[in-house]
Amino acid sequence: MKKVNSTDLVFNILNTIFMLFLVFITVFPFWVCLVGSFSDSYEYTRGGIFFIPRGFNLYNYKVVFMDKTVYNAFLVTILRTIIGTVSSLLFTSLVAYGMSRKNLKGRNLYMSYMLVTMFFGGGLIPYYVVLRKLGLIDNFLVYIIPLLFSVWNMLVFIAYFREIPEVILESARIDGVNEYGIFFMFIVPLSKPVFAAVALFTAVSHWNSFYDSLVFTSSNKLQTIQLFLYRIMSNSSEAAGMARAAAMAVPPGIRKPSSETIKLATMIVTIAPILVSYPFLQKYFIKGVMIGAVKD
Amino acid sequence: MLPNLMHRERKYARRLQTFKNQLELQSMVWPGIIFLFIFCYIPMYGIIISFQDFSLFSLNSSSNIFSAYMNSPWVGFKHFKEFFTDPYFLITLRNTLGINVLGLIIGFPFPVIFALLLNEIRNLKFKKFVQTVTYLPHFVSWVIFGGLIYTMMATDQNGVINVFLKSMGLIEKPVEFLANPDYFWAIVVISSVVKGFGFNSILYIAAIAGVDQEVYDAAEIDGCGRFAKMWYITIPAIMGTVSVMFIFSISGILNTGFDQIIVLQNSLNLDRSETIDTYVYKVGIGQMRYSYSAAVGLAKSVVATLLLFGANYTTKKLTEKSLF
Repeated sequence: MKKVNSTDLVFNILNTIFMLFLVFITVFPFWVCLVGSFSDSYEYTRGGIFFIPRGFNLYNYKVVFMDKTVYNAFLVTILRTIIGTVSSLLFTSLVAYGMSRKNLKGRNLYMSYMLVTMFFGGGLIPYYVVLRKLGLIDNFLVYIIPLLFSVWNMLVFIAYFREIPEVILESARIDGVNEYGIFFMFIVPLSKPVFAAVALFTAVSHWNSFYDSLVFTSSNKLQTIQLFLYRIMSNSSEAAGMARAAAMAVPPGIRKPSSETIKLATMIVTIAPILVSYPFLQKYFIKGVMIGAVKD
Repeated sequence: MLPNLMHRERKYARRLQTFKNQLELQSMVWPGIIFLFIFCYIPMYGIIISFQDFSLFSLNSSSNIFSAYMNSPWVGFKHFKEFFTDPYFLITLRNTLGINVLGLIIGFPFPVIFALLLNEIRNLKFKKFVQTVTYLPHFVSWVIFGGLIYTMMATDQNGVINVFLKSMGLIEKPVEFLANPDYFWAIVVISSVVKGFGFNSILYIAAIAGVDQEVYDAAEIDGCGRFAKMWYITIPAIMGTVSVMFIFSISGILNTGFDQIIVLQNSLNLDRSETIDTYVYKVGIGQMRYSYSAAVGLAKSVVATLLLFGANYTTKKLTEKSLF
């Protein structure tokens, strides 16, 4: 048995307290936001709502779901996440399969060509100019096309594809199945974990993406939910507009949600998909990081 | 005669098969090559606009992007000179370096220390719980996280931090955290640490998990206590990962997280919050001064590349570990 001396005991207690403190500072901001979003706007203005909601109601959420701007922003975000993830996964994994074949002619040259782009780039403005010339500025496709291919994800796929026993593929090849057939019939079903991991990372980055919406689009129709949140946080007239819309959503005789409580509700709705799926998907997230790291 | 012909035919068929196979593989790879040509290599070539007077007009009036580059007048280092004499040069450089150096000093060791301390937690369920919770903020966007910071730091009755400080009697009236430029760097650095320390520790935790338990057992028999084991076994085991991560951090030292800065920035803290990245965005996209902002971006990349090589060289000398 291990003997526990007093220094050890003190260290254990302090260490546990420190860990609990870290858990607290991670969770607490989300909690404050959550209880605020369920609170009455008048009570919220009075302040001090940190642990439990005051004047519990769902009107803030009702406004969020009824407002056309918010609805549209969610629609754009959902569409770009689904279309962007599926198309990027297909594109990148197919290139990765080609690159993982040892008999591919010019493979080393292609690989150097691709790796260069991980370390060097033109910077924002030359990139913007190219997108502009391609007609992608202020176009929904700017959320999809420039993100079709990721060299990093390709390397993750290659690392996984290499582990698949060659024997299985060789017998299929003798039966006359071509490379596309092998990819879709054998590689994809055998690589489900890596597809899941890359899909999750891609989907989360699409969902959270704010930069491209801010820099490459200007029309309100293409505004993602992240950009919408940014605008109501940084621009009080936008927030006031929300509050006016709020007046229409609530029945008479009930206190109107304020732009503050609506903001909190929108934040909760935006993180909800990630929060809800996170505990179940966590192992894939971590697996994804590890596959990426091993390859270094 | 006949066997020979059959042999040749078979050889021909095999070659055709190899060719078809190669064609299929090449057709899978080439979309990726073309993609990178358009979205990475053309922009790299497009850096030449920082030595030109490139305008939206020349972009729109040219049939393709290359003729747009060709049709723009060359001006040499005009834009670089303009930036280096601009008051924003010193402001943005100071803020970029200040935020990042501070971030490196505080933000880099924190995940390492966290991984070491977490390793000392004996209860596996509690350990897993701490890991799960602390990874979470990484998956939340900076817009949301910034929103949480705004809420926490508000000056009204809902700003938890101000309410707490007041109840402790440390302050008389609420501190205007985000309106006062003096606090900006600290807010950026601390919020980065809170958002990222859990996730950034994954690689260190994995490196620690890779150490054979027998090594610890042997050390224990030799009379090593907990801290001796940490010092002589765990820390050396993660040094390789630490130095590689350190080189990455140095090379990214001029890359302030654009999302984070722009979310926390406002007109009141601009003096400490305008970094090279946000400046390029505002001048380039907002004012459409493409050539000038491309020059600013290029100046930044050149310095960042030099830093990468410098960091790689230094780490190689010190720890014999390097990226390349």
